[in-house]
Amino acid sequence: MTQDVTIKITDREGITHEVQAPTDMNMNVMELVSAYELAPEGTIGICGGMAMCASCQCYVLNQVPLPERNDDEEAMLSEAFNVKVNSRLGCQIYITNALEGLEIALAPES
Amino acid sequence: MIKTDILIIGAGPTGLFAVFEAGLLKLKCHILDSLPQPGGQLSELYPKKPIYDIPGFPEVLAGDLVNNLMEQIKQFEPGFTLGERAETIEKQEDGTFIVTSDKGKKFHALVVAIAGGLGSFEPRKPIIEDIEFYENKGVKYFIKNPEKFRNKRVVIAGGGDSALDWSVFLSNVASEVTLIHRRNEFRGALDSVEKVQELKNLGKIKMITPGEVVGLNGAEHLESIDVEINGAHRNIPTDYFIPLFGLTPKLGPIANWGLEIEKNAIKVNNALDYQTNIPGIFAIGDVNTYPGKLKLILCGFHEATLMCQAAYQIINPGKKYLMKYTTVSGIDGFDGTRKEAPKAVVKAID
Repeated sequence: MTQDVTIKITDREGITHEVQAPTDMNMNVMELVSAYELAPEGTIGICGGMAMCASCQCYVLNQVPLPERNDDEEAMLSEAFNVKVNSRLGCQIYITNALEGLEIALAPES
Repeated sequence: MIKTDILIIGAGPTGLFAVFEAGLLKLKCHILDSLPQPGGQLSELYPKKPIYDIPGFPEVLAGDLVNNLMEQIKQFEPGFTLGERAETIEKQEDGTFIVTSDKGKKFHALVVAIAGGLGSFEPRKPIIEDIEFYENKGVKYFIKNPEKFRNKRVVIAGGGDSALDWSVFLSNVASEVTLIHRRNEFRGALDSVEKVQELKNLGKIKMITPGEVVGLNGAEHLESIDVEINGAHRNIPTDYFIPLFGLTPKLGPIANWGLEIEKNAIKVNNALDYQTNIPGIFAIGDVNTYPGKLKLILCGFHEATLMCQAAYQIINPGKKYLMKYTTVSGIDGFDGTRKEAPKAVVKAID
């Protein structure tokens, strides 16, 4: 059995949740937030995870090795609002063992 | 007033397929959608992307699925009102409905099926102080009549196809077009990017990249914008500012129709017939919620089918009907055409 990783997610109300994330279900961080219902339905993952809406934008709060931003993510973030240097799209970060201890905060709804 | 049996709000795959199922029951449909083309998210967000979980289609492009659905429902001659948003609904004494669009068009329907997906698509508005004040006073999120910009100075912001395409188009209309984007790369179609490059080289489009519009100025009407360029601010006089940052779905006025809403979706009576708390109003596809709900196109098709059976009972109380198999009974279109399986040939063997 593969190991879960622990990820800390601060929701849009400022409450931090420590959640267990499976590494063997091809899930991404946006889906993790939805699965734990940490953002109201209809306010996250609107495009379904195609890097086309930025509703899953989050800020990465600690140093954990993450995959580089791909072209789609770069393009979307260049048109999104409330973007900071540590902004990422949750839908483009797939959950692997490397994410153990990741801490993120959800960007405001826009 | 447009009269129909079923008014379908939303021209996404679920709404389109509802026309087919209604047609089999001799019910006529009219579709109302805020987008200018049918297909909902499939056309607006990802027409060129493949879908792998439509039964019978190992792979189908979203745009092709929409085209196929349009072909499939053609026989049933649905009416379309596109580019208008359903605004209000009034239940009549006889139990029928009058829905009014944001442009004042009225629809009289015996049954209403909301197939609104995640809601009507609305422009994503940039976070700039006082931007609401300047809406319709120089700030435009849509371009409806390009002539409005003739011989005017226009600033467009965005990095996608619509920002590129409108920059190209308006370069022949406006006196000055400036395109501002937060980075040098654009994600639009290659020929659009090349065209903008060409017009920039000719001096017909000014480009500011990387740049971001951070302020709007003007007493009664927009007079200039402030742009942040590499940390420095620059003031650019302009008559119009057109931010084109894509569209985002919002449940919109439907949220005020007295329907029970849960999780940003319309609650329905589980898997019975997808009727809402208001008899005669159904919600099908991504717009509804019930225990076990999955937002999948294939589930929307199923929900549309069951909804139509219930709509038939409302529209034809007491009238008997038994579901038919299209292979057995064929399809009679409202346009007079008929599709049917070829008859078996009976021939003796000598």
